[in-house]
Amino acid sequence: MQISLLLEMAADAFPERAAVVGDEGAFSLADMHARVRAAAALFAERPADTVVFLGLNGASFPTALFASAVAGKPFAPLNYRLPDADLRKLLARTTPSVAVVDDDMLSRVESVEGVRFISRTAFEAACGDAAWRDKELSAPESDIAVLLFTSGTTGEPKAAVLRHHHLSSYVISTVDFMGADEDEGALVSVPPYHIAAISAIMTNIYGGRRIVYLPNFTPEAWVDAAVKHQISHAMVVPTMLGRILDVLDSRGIGLPHLRALSYGGGRMPQPVIERAMGLMPHVDFVNAYGLTETSSTISVLGPDDHRIAMTSSDPAVRRRLGSVGRPLPILEIEIRDAEGSVVPRGEAGEVYVRGEQIAGEYLHKKVIQDDGWFATNDAGWIDEEGFLFVEGRLDDVIVRGGENISPGEIEDVLRTHADVADVAVFGLPDDQWGERVACVVVARSENVTVDVLSAWVKTHLRSTKVPETWEFRDELPYNDLGKLLRRVLKSELSAGQGLHAA
Amino acid sequence: MELKPGSRWRGVGGAEFVVVRPPKQVESLQSGGHPVQPAAEAANPALQPEADVSDVLAVGKRYSDDASGLELLVSKAGKGTLTVDGRVMGLKETKALPASD
Repeated sequence: MQISLLLEMAADAFPERAAVVGDEGAFSLADMHARVRAAAALFAERPADTVVFLGLNGASFPTALFASAVAGKPFAPLNYRLPDADLRKLLARTTPSVAVVDDDMLSRVESVEGVRFISRTAFEAACGDAAWRDKELSAPESDIAVLLFTSGTTGEPKAAVLRHHHLSSYVISTVDFMGADEDEGALVSVPPYHIAAISAIMTNIYGGRRIVYLPNFTPEAWVDAAVKHQISHAMVVPTMLGRILDVLDSRGIGLPHLRALSYGGGRMPQPVIERAMGLMPHVDFVNAYGLTETSSTISVLGPDDHRIAMTSSDPAVRRRLGSVGRPLPILEIEIRDAEGSVVPRGEAGEVYVRGEQIAGEYLHKKVIQDDGWFATNDAGWIDEEGFLFVEGRLDDVIVRGGENISPGEIEDVLRTHADVADVAVFGLPDDQWGERVACVVVARSENVTVDVLSAWVKTHLRSTKVPETWEFRDELPYNDLGKLLRRVLKSELSAGQGLHAA
Repeated sequence: MELKPGSRWRGVGGAEFVVVRPPKQVESLQSGGHPVQPAAEAANPALQPEADVSDVLAVGKRYSDDASGLELLVSKAGKGTLTVDGRVMGLKETKALPASD
């Protein structure tokens, strides 16, 4: 099923309902449908294999997504934060293509050959143009809905392929059609080249919830938009949440309209989620875990799970606040060892997933197994009640003297220390052990010492997990999606080799 | 009959459906007691759902048939109970997730 049918159904059933609010204006579902028709006619007339979107969040983005589907072309949103040279290289891989580009970004990419450029301004004009809206349209359907380039921290970015049936299967089996109340509004601040931005379009349109776009995230702008638009739902990455709470604190305000706040895309520090739940007890918190290759969410820690874990005195229940909850009922999750055998409950291994929404495919390379299982490359384990704990990328696991050590577990312990503002744990090459545990700390106080923090880890974890190399810094490197760049620290410290060896 | 995934059909009561999971084998798919037709073809206004098979089909609802594996999504509301080779298709509950994106 083509994803454009999701919008068609919604617009047909509730044409007047508000759909998208952005810098371009406010549009109802019927408006969006008409815009998509116009944009699809525009795309269909251009000889191109792919539709590229390079720009900030706004109504042009969902319009271009659905219009690509109608025009039978895959949709590829690109990361405008990449250096110009990398961006041009990615764009060249999409040719022959038609590209909708923010006016002020055009000069960065215009030299790429094989691309028909449309400025955002020209695109918006066409979307509102009656002549384009009335054009007869007959385009062959494409199987591929979206091409998303991975962040490429390990090498050349790979183009993840999401087919129409993956995305529509996820939406129709997890969202009640038009199930949202008319006053609900979702604030979307993840950038267009993130899988969560793609799925937010489809689930909110199909669910009948107004989308409000924040073109550029700052915690102040986020809070302003949430208040102004009486936002009821939002999704944030963990690094955003702490900063949002700081703004709420300093302004001394709450968010009375907010009903549900979901987070994902990285590890949520336990102190931050506890603080958020304390500040906003009326809000339903949802932790969603998923990958680009899995059409977004595959596991969810729901609002009740949060409240039960938060108030429990049982450590096994309490720690579920740090889990990603249970798999969606429409798919299966297994933990396997390096040989591919399923491990017993409670043991760590690699997270595998199978289900209709799982794409597991890159352009020209299928990585899903013949029996439908997809290896996520994430390390994790499942507790007795079926809660999944994800400990980060398998590549980040530290192998010290044959013992597998998860950086996330050590980071979680250090984050609960009052003097630790942020922390990154990773492995460094070691002659004796193969790898040793290294740690970079952002301290809240100048008085904190390596001895104090070592002792803190030792009281919570096995002694082999106590970092042997320590460094203090003012901040840690994150990418713009809030992912900690452990590899950057690793290569810097490998070069300098440990200023504060314990 | 061939019911490809993603293919779109219409019943005599105006309801439209999209195939979200294709069947193993199906002889006839009916709505309101008459065969469904491709959604792109013009409707015959003379045909109406039979009285005993004229349930309302709401948009966004999914119907499935366990025997054949067929699953349909109603993309446009209308009347006309869905039947596969004489079996009435069952309404499939969506276990809606808390909004996560």
